[in-house]
Amino acid sequence: MSFFLLILIYTGIYALMAIGQNLITGYGGMLSLCQAGFYGIGAYATAILTVTFGWNFWATLPVAIGLSALFGLLIGLPTLRLNGDYLAIATLGFGEIVRNVLNNWVSLTNGPMGIQRIPMVEIFGFQINPYRKVAFAILVWVFVVALYFIFKRFAKCRLGRALMAISEDEIAAGSMGINVTIYKVVAFMLGASSAGLAGSFFAVYSLSVTPGSFQFMTSVLVLCMVVLGGMGNFKACILGAFIIQFISYLPQLLGVTNLVPAQAKQVFFGLILVVMMVWRPQGILGREKFTYVKKSAKGIQEG
Amino acid sequence: MLLETEKLTRIYGGVVAINDVDFHASEGLITGLIGPNGAGKTTLFNNMTGLDVPTRGKVFFEGNDITGKSAHEISRMGIARTFQNIRLFKEMSVIENVMIGRHFKVGNKDKGRFRQALKSYFFMSREERWIYDSAMEYLEFLELGKFANDDAKSLPYGHQRELEIARALATEPKLLFLDEPAAGMNPQETEHLMETIRRIRDKGISIVLIEHDMKLVMNICDEITVLSFGQKIAEGTPEEIQNNETVIEAYLGREEED
Repeated sequence: MSFFLLILIYTGIYALMAIGQNLITGYGGMLSLCQAGFYGIGAYATAILTVTFGWNFWATLPVAIGLSALFGLLIGLPTLRLNGDYLAIATLGFGEIVRNVLNNWVSLTNGPMGIQRIPMVEIFGFQINPYRKVAFAILVWVFVVALYFIFKRFAKCRLGRALMAISEDEIAAGSMGINVTIYKVVAFMLGASSAGLAGSFFAVYSLSVTPGSFQFMTSVLVLCMVVLGGMGNFKACILGAFIIQFISYLPQLLGVTNLVPAQAKQVFFGLILVVMMVWRPQGILGREKFTYVKKSAKGIQEG
Repeated sequence: MLLETEKLTRIYGGVVAINDVDFHASEGLITGLIGPNGAGKTTLFNNMTGLDVPTRGKVFFEGNDITGKSAHEISRMGIARTFQNIRLFKEMSVIENVMIGRHFKVGNKDKGRFRQALKSYFFMSREERWIYDSAMEYLEFLELGKFANDDAKSLPYGHQRELEIARALATEPKLLFLDEPAAGMNPQETEHLMETIRRIRDKGISIVLIEHDMKLVMNICDEITVLSFGQKIAEGTPEEIQNNETVIEAYLGREEED
């Protein structure tokens, strides 16, 4: 049971990142490979502020979100004019820069040793430590559900429609009066901030952070979740996060860790991606379409 | 003059695509832009609509210099366009394509971008309904209403061209550029398109169109400009163009007089 909760918690943390990635890649059509970078920024923001400066976890949350959004802006402005593969390489580079800075800025991040003894989350005097897995799972999933609704609304209103238009044809979108750069940068910042949020939760769940947790592979996993579930569908990327996490922990779940090397799951993910691309490129659930129904004048309601 | 270019020149590497072109489009008229393949017609379009930046020369719209402005700025000033190789948002529904055209028509521009974005977010359904209803009007104008929820890519070719026009009209332009609107249409569809173009003009929207179908051009254009090898070789009414020696030589070829 506790093992299932562990999977649920990690699914929640990754789902936060996947929701952000979905806005960037599923709607904005930008192939970004640096969610791990923003994840690391969020995690270290929380770790450093709580351990070194004695802040409360809840106070570090907006800083983690804001800081990753700021870095999203800084990396987004110069790189988002790039397309496809070029953007992927530029963002990959950014993710690696973050990891290297975390590794080498010893005075701030304590280098490869990382930051230990991060204080546990407290809410109204109730401590949610990682051993109280049910409470922690609820905490994370409250945020997942909230983020899901917030981001889904972004996608449904005219901002999301503009993003979809941009991802389909930038030139046509520009000719329709849409400021392509601004929308891309905003989507990128929103996606980055969701990874920052995920990073904060990761920090207070592991109670320690080391640069090793924010590797390129993490970004790839998040992208896999979105592609597997279905691009342009927020429910699907939560499903994707669950499937990938479930597979990751399957050897432990079956008690065959000594038979299956840790690297085997990466091979397996690669295989899944290949199979998906061949048989179901739109993902398990596929893109979510909004149908527009003409309402009678009487039926107009505000919301 | 609604739109004017002054010695507009675009050079790609060593190739002079358009050379010192003085083009103009008058208010309330349909202006045709014709010329053999590779004459620089689309290049001229792109340089006037912000998709390309001219090497030399200037573009004026309603007396304002719009040279080098980006496509979305020019679109917001009141110039819309369609594309030679249809550029619809194929995975989106027909109505969504037109709703994109309504995108920047929402709300009060003085309020600032951020407040407008917040309003779009928190009062979504009211705003969406307005966008939908107004987009529907443009769809009905092009008689595409019944396809509203179909995927844009599933429309027949002729309707796709019309949808592009609906989408462009949704930006409420003063001037509409049509890049080969009749390409790939059969005679009946072309006939219908001519009727549509006249109806758009009657709404007070000026039109500039590139077209190879001479029947269409000579029938509906009030003024025609002829390009050849990047240079303007003639301009005038359809009758003047039909009788212009240079044009006949460069473009129509030597034909028997009728």
